[in-house]
Amino acid sequence: MTTSRQQPPSRRARMNALAAVAAALVAMAGLTLPIDSALAQQQKVKIGLMLPYTGTYAALGNAITNAFKLAIEENGGKLGGRDVEYFVVDDESDPAKAPDNANKLIKRDQVDVLVGTVHSGVALAMAKIARDTNTLLIIPNAGADEITGPLCAANIFRTSFSNSQLGIAMGKVMAEQKKKTAVTITWKYAAGEESIGGFKESFEAGGGKVVKELYLPFPQVEFQPLLTEIAGLKPDVVYAFFAGGGAVKFVKDYAAAGLNKTIPLVGPGFLTDGTLEAQGDSAQGLLTTLHYGDGLNNPKNNAFRAAYIKAYKTEPDVYAVGGYDAAQLLIVGMNAVKGDTSKRAELVKAMAAAKIDSPRGSLALNVGHNPIHDIYLRKVEGKENKVVGVAVKNLTDPPKGCKL
Amino acid sequence: MDFYSFLIQLLNGLQYGLLLFLVASGLTLIFGIMGIINLAHGSFYMVGAYMAFSLSVLTGNLFVAIVLGIVLSVALGVVLEWVLFSHLYKRDHLEQVLLTYGLILVFEELRSLIVGNDVHGVAVPAIFNWSIPLTETLSYPVYRLFMSAVCVLLAVALYLLIAKTRLGMMIRAGSSNREMVQSLGLNINLVYRLVFALGVALAAFAGMLAAPVSSVYPGMGTGVLIICFVVVVIGGIGSVWGALVAALLIGLADTFGKVLIPEAAGVTVYLVMAAVLLWRPEGLFRRV
Repeated sequence: MTTSRQQPPSRRARMNALAAVAAALVAMAGLTLPIDSALAQQQKVKIGLMLPYTGTYAALGNAITNAFKLAIEENGGKLGGRDVEYFVVDDESDPAKAPDNANKLIKRDQVDVLVGTVHSGVALAMAKIARDTNTLLIIPNAGADEITGPLCAANIFRTSFSNSQLGIAMGKVMAEQKKKTAVTITWKYAAGEESIGGFKESFEAGGGKVVKELYLPFPQVEFQPLLTEIAGLKPDVVYAFFAGGGAVKFVKDYAAAGLNKTIPLVGPGFLTDGTLEAQGDSAQGLLTTLHYGDGLNNPKNNAFRAAYIKAYKTEPDVYAVGGYDAAQLLIVGMNAVKGDTSKRAELVKAMAAAKIDSPRGSLALNVGHNPIHDIYLRKVEGKENKVVGVAVKNLTDPPKGCKL
Repeated sequence: MDFYSFLIQLLNGLQYGLLLFLVASGLTLIFGIMGIINLAHGSFYMVGAYMAFSLSVLTGNLFVAIVLGIVLSVALGVVLEWVLFSHLYKRDHLEQVLLTYGLILVFEELRSLIVGNDVHGVAVPAIFNWSIPLTETLSYPVYRLFMSAVCVLLAVALYLLIAKTRLGMMIRAGSSNREMVQSLGLNINLVYRLVFALGVALAAFAGMLAAPVSSVYPGMGTGVLIICFVVVVIGGIGSVWGALVAALLIGLADTFGKVLIPEAAGVTVYLVMAAVLLWRPEGLFRRV
């Protein structure tokens, strides 16, 4: 490096000066920013929505988001007296990207509450991260049993269902209908296996027998070979778990193969929820179990449906209910601590003890923070899943492995 | 499994294989003859399916919708080739991958904006909307038989086009040596444009034909893309005959894999691919 008395300040000197100024500014900033809970009170509550906005579950992500925001709007647009700010990430229903997506909301955007998601694989990753970072997590849909089982935590809540709950309900109904043999079919992933597990448990407890469990890799939709197998096995009933595009195709293929004439098809509500338009005639008369359905005549549901249709010009579905109740649960908690998210212990205690007036009926939470609610039996009539009875009242599934 | 079930599963496998051939034929044309790796192939399939949905809602008739759709997809192919792909012939495969991957993202977003994210069904045309009873419990949907018949006709038509016509001769010559063909005075640019449009139209047609059976939903393109590449790689890049054989092989492997070894059903297809490539690294057939 050349040195000269006449030259302007060398590069190194300029860098040093800049660093000194920067350090001074940071020091001043540190002194003047009060970390004061009163100031924090004025700040907006940051809600992180991590949901699928593209891909096969996009419609569900949108329904949950719409209903969540509707509930907040009905609460004056505030949570515990504070305004709300939304941060949105599209999780693409991809478990591999889940840690990065969750960290975008938790670390980069510093959200107070994380809300999501639909795909159980993604939700499992979110639950692990929520435990590690002690972030408040509310799950409006994903039904993986583990999340309110072995992975349960004080800061993790769910307002939808657990996969096995819906299977347990249908197994009980089928056993009561004196069906003796059943074949199950689903994708080989957590949600499918748990749903089948629940069905098998209650069906066999009621005197039935699952003669074969059929699986195909997720998200394959070429069902023909397995439909041929079902025809050969001739069970009394077939219990199927599929959702979205797969559900449409399966129900249509089942009917096209003529199986629906001799072997009744049943499943959890996702087989026919949001898919009836596409399934048309092939779904008529199908029995499903779900914690929601069409024709539920309670005041909260009627008000919810009217408000949702007015705001979004489309009918709400079970996914919207999950999002709506997630917001209702958070409202209960935030009211209890008057918006002070730093009072975490009281916040989660209030949420755990909440009794929510849900569009589905009454909603409470079990020890693992999973819903306790009525599971309805629904039948497809026209373009609706009409509630024809209650499969199980106040179903609370034992939180296996939960240490809370 | 008894003999009768075996026959039915054989039928299932062949029908699935023929459908795979239909979808993969466009890819092998574009990949083999023009040397372009077209990741957007699945997107064209999806575009076809969504066109079948919206056009059949508009016109009330699936066949009219398919004819319209073919015209539209040929137009789309010509425009895409002229604007984007014609710049890619001399470029690296990596750049082709980048461009076509970008196209996937663009098409997905456009689809989301124009049609939305819901799942849709396309009605099977009334003349095919019945099933042939095979056993007391199982019937076979006639529409699937119709699809298989169309696939076989298409395979024959493609073979005749490439092997027996003057245009086919130009296509084959152009894929061997582009510069020589140009210096012989033939308009190779026009030939490539036609081939690309044909490839796009084949993918879209596959989507349209399969729409009543597969239903129409977001992400349907990506599911089909990988298996298409498997078919093309096993069959030999550029060989239509190879794509047919490979597709049938995969269809049968997948079908019987699901039934006989369900635990490994996800990997059966890839095991077959690995086995074939170990035996014949260039695929089963050279280019036709």
